[in-house]
Amino acid sequence: MDVTGLSLTTITLFLPVVGLFILLLMNGETQKSSLKWVAFATSVVTFLASLLMWVNFDPASAELQMVQRNTWAEVSLGDSVINISYFVGVDGISMLLVLLTTFIMPIAILGSFGSNIFEERGREKLYYIFLMLLEWAMLGVFVVHDLIIFYVFWEVTLVPMYFLIGIWGAEERIYAAVKFFLYTMAGSILMLIAILYVGNRAGTFSTYSAGGDIGVIERVHNWQGEGTYWDALAPDADGEDESFLFDSVESLLFLGFLIAFAIKVPIFPFHSWLPDAHVQAPTAGSVILAGVLLKMGTYGIVRFNLNLFPEATVAWAPTIAFLGVVGIIYGAWVSYAQDNVKKLVAYSSVSHLGFVVLGIFALNAQGLQGATLQMVNHGISTGGLFLIVGMLYERWHTKEMADYGGIWKIMPLFGAISLVISLSSMGLPGLNGFIGEFTILLGSLGSDYLGFAFTLFGTLGVILAAIYLLKMFQHVFMGELKKPLANEDDYKLRWYEKAAYIPIIIMCFWIGLQPIVFFNMLDVSVDSIAALFVS
Amino acid sequence: MFEAPTIAEFLADSNLASTLPATLLLAWTLLLVLVDLFAGEEREHWTPIFAGIGLVLSFLATLFVYAPAEGEQIALYGMFIADAFTGFLNMVILVATLIAILMSWDYLKRAGVHRGEYYILTLLSSAGAMFMVAANDLIAVFVALELLSIPLYILAAFRSIKNDGSDLALKSEESGMKYFILGAFSSAFLVFGAALVYGATGSTNIPQIVQTAQLVVGGATTASFYLLVGTALLIVGLGFKVAVVPFHMWTPDVYEGAPTPVTALMSVTAKIGGFAALLRVLVTALSVLVLTEGDAPAWQATATLIAILTLILGNFVAIAQRSLKRLLAYSSIAHAGYIMVAVAAAGSAGVIDAATQSALVYILAYMFTNLGAFAVVMTIEREDGSGGNIDDITGLARSRPLLAMAMTIFMLSLTGIPLTAGFVGKFMVFASAVQAGLFGLAIIGVLTSVVSAFYYMRVVVNMYLRDSSADAQPALETPYVRWAINIALAGTLVFGIFYPLATNLVSMVSIA
Repeated sequence: MDVTGLSLTTITLFLPVVGLFILLLMNGETQKSSLKWVAFATSVVTFLASLLMWVNFDPASAELQMVQRNTWAEVSLGDSVINISYFVGVDGISMLLVLLTTFIMPIAILGSFGSNIFEERGREKLYYIFLMLLEWAMLGVFVVHDLIIFYVFWEVTLVPMYFLIGIWGAEERIYAAVKFFLYTMAGSILMLIAILYVGNRAGTFSTYSAGGDIGVIERVHNWQGEGTYWDALAPDADGEDESFLFDSVESLLFLGFLIAFAIKVPIFPFHSWLPDAHVQAPTAGSVILAGVLLKMGTYGIVRFNLNLFPEATVAWAPTIAFLGVVGIIYGAWVSYAQDNVKKLVAYSSVSHLGFVVLGIFALNAQGLQGATLQMVNHGISTGGLFLIVGMLYERWHTKEMADYGGIWKIMPLFGAISLVISLSSMGLPGLNGFIGEFTILLGSLGSDYLGFAFTLFGTLGVILAAIYLLKMFQHVFMGELKKPLANEDDYKLRWYEKAAYIPIIIMCFWIGLQPIVFFNMLDVSVDSIAALFVS
Repeated sequence: MFEAPTIAEFLADSNLASTLPATLLLAWTLLLVLVDLFAGEEREHWTPIFAGIGLVLSFLATLFVYAPAEGEQIALYGMFIADAFTGFLNMVILVATLIAILMSWDYLKRAGVHRGEYYILTLLSSAGAMFMVAANDLIAVFVALELLSIPLYILAAFRSIKNDGSDLALKSEESGMKYFILGAFSSAFLVFGAALVYGATGSTNIPQIVQTAQLVVGGATTASFYLLVGTALLIVGLGFKVAVVPFHMWTPDVYEGAPTPVTALMSVTAKIGGFAALLRVLVTALSVLVLTEGDAPAWQATATLIAILTLILGNFVAIAQRSLKRLLAYSSIAHAGYIMVAVAAAGSAGVIDAATQSALVYILAYMFTNLGAFAVVMTIEREDGSGGNIDDITGLARSRPLLAMAMTIFMLSLTGIPLTAGFVGKFMVFASAVQAGLFGLAIIGVLTSVVSAFYYMRVVVNMYLRDSSADAQPALETPYVRWAINIALAGTLVFGIFYPLATNLVSMVSIA
């Protein structure tokens, strides 16, 4: 049975498509100046629609909300017929990430207002069309609960990002774009096989139950037979048998999904595409990549790996959490060694997302809550850092830290903004980063599956973050001005630059000082996942 | 007392009406010979127009004859069968031929080899393909295959009728000759295979083979041995036609040398005919070829091996190609590999229908996408045949943005990115492979499509991400090929975005 009423989720999801079609119908030459306004207006309207979703969202309910489900196609696989359905809806985790996406998007578009990439490369219309396509696909990833449609949105995000990096990127853009495309596609295509197996086994591609149809997650959790849902005859389902890790169907499916997500996050050692993509991408591309795209990976782990394969999750948790901790320290270490400021920020992502991975695989409510909130925090702070780097580059045309210095003196407001965002990224109490990292560490400390060492080394990452971010701040903003600009006017912040930072600063303080608002949103959804892992 | 039947009796008896789409096209083609004869030089556009009308009529006849509810019908005393499988592939062949004819008009004019015979041969070949997808008897398979192939041999060499000693003419001649010799060679394998199967089962009729083969297999008899060898030879013969590894050697040279619209046509219709026959022979007739009780039929392992070799070789060798036509030639080998995955999956009981349907969806997606890609290549080729290299499309996004966009969508579809028809095809094929339990094959399939992303994306990289250093070539005026691209693009996107469309079209297909 279907729930076919037009839901608010659908409206929010398809608003960027409306913007895309308006842009398509416009003339790229004669209406050049209004292209960015159409894109900006669309993203703001989408943001307002997502706020409306938030107003309608009931944090006390464990069910998916604002659900719409239409049967879309019937695939006959052998004797059974499997439905593919357009199935959207949000729970707390999805809601928060939808808000993050719609929040980052207008900021990223504002970040391209002053960009000089169009003077050199042109094709402004195509640029905004790709941004709209990207927003649609990213929102789709976060709200869709049918595995096939999820895969469709997941793969579609590749195409606009590939072009954003490839056409409007820096010097090595082609290498970076192709590497990004092939690397992420290689991971996700194995997920397709896993998805097909899941659909074949469960007889449905819907993960959640709706309108009387039982979703995969419910089938897995309510399994009454021997062993697990995936391995009816598994020797020992709680992971103590070593052969479970590599022999069981559940474990292989878990890996099929995990590799796709791990590449996207990226979890060490799958991170090598990230510095290239980040450094070469245009500012808006970096902001979206760090702000939203990487979260698709961690979201996927929470939504699919944990829910669909709980036994395999338990078995793999220490290994993946270990990789997370390695990522925290490795990312911070490499970040410290960079002379290129954009690369420094890029590697800091590896480190920050290591925290998220650690929080997820703590497999308790605190860890998961902290991880989800940290996804948002990282999106806001690192997105902000990339905006800062982009602004610096537009003025000074260099990414080498050695060329900068003394910027705080001549651009006091910009310096102050940068300080707040850097501090938020390194986790200063009172700002957003602290809340996320603290909760994650708390979660890892109380975890039944991870030892004390995980927390210890994780905490080390917080200190390292302070070191590399302060190094960056010191080199770029303090000391003597090395390269004065020819035009004194360039020292002033433009209105669109201020407009981009205001919401970021507000969010840094809001989440930092009143995290309860966001934790409330997550409580019920996270508890239902954590309940699977209470030993 | 033998009495010769009247024509009315013959028609009713033989049920010829159910082969109407193919016979109509054949009759129309003969009429076209006369039209071409009387049209003369100043009305030379009559021939392609009439050819197009013939295709449309045949398409309408297909819609009329193959009402899905009718079930299957046998025609000409068991020679041909009219079922949903035939109907669907008929439509694919007709659309493919229409697109190829739209391409041809521009090409022949440009190359200075415009002859009415070209269209006649094209239609003959397509009629052959239509008979082949309807063939219900090994004899009919063979005859239809020859009707499909012989016109293609001539078409491949068509550029050489303007004997100007140019490189293009020579290459075209080489292409036709190579295709002919190897094609004739492979036909011999097919006939020999059919003979052995006949020897083992006493019949060439597919439904009868099923019944007798059941009695023959299993025992250590000579009949069982002949049946096995016959099956192998049939796979070899048809494998040549669909160009799967290791029977693919002719493909790159023939595809490169033949006139581009001919390459486009034969990369689609010859493959459709070959795969249709392969499916009918293996799935319908020989699914009983089970050597040990409870196993899959013996040919499944062979099909799996061929699929793996084809996927790996086709995709990896394509990386090294600089000429777009050669690149698409190797990519077409790789795509035959994906269809072969579906054929292998059809060996598992319970997946037969799903796998057959997935092969058909893949063929549909491949038809639109591949023809579109060849049409774009044809548009950017210059009159002397140069300009078809991967470096020649550098900066195309600036000089001809719409063409570059179309090519990008075709490349994404060939890669199998969602929202294009190519994804729907790949999804269906892999779904049936997973259902059949062929996980290794499915994993090799998806990994090689990442490899394919590399060379397809390189085309996109050159068009969009690099700027041309040389001035853009003045675009040749090609009014009709634009329509060919439009149709192909519409098909790629419509079947890609509206996923259920393709699956609904094939949902009635069952050849088990």
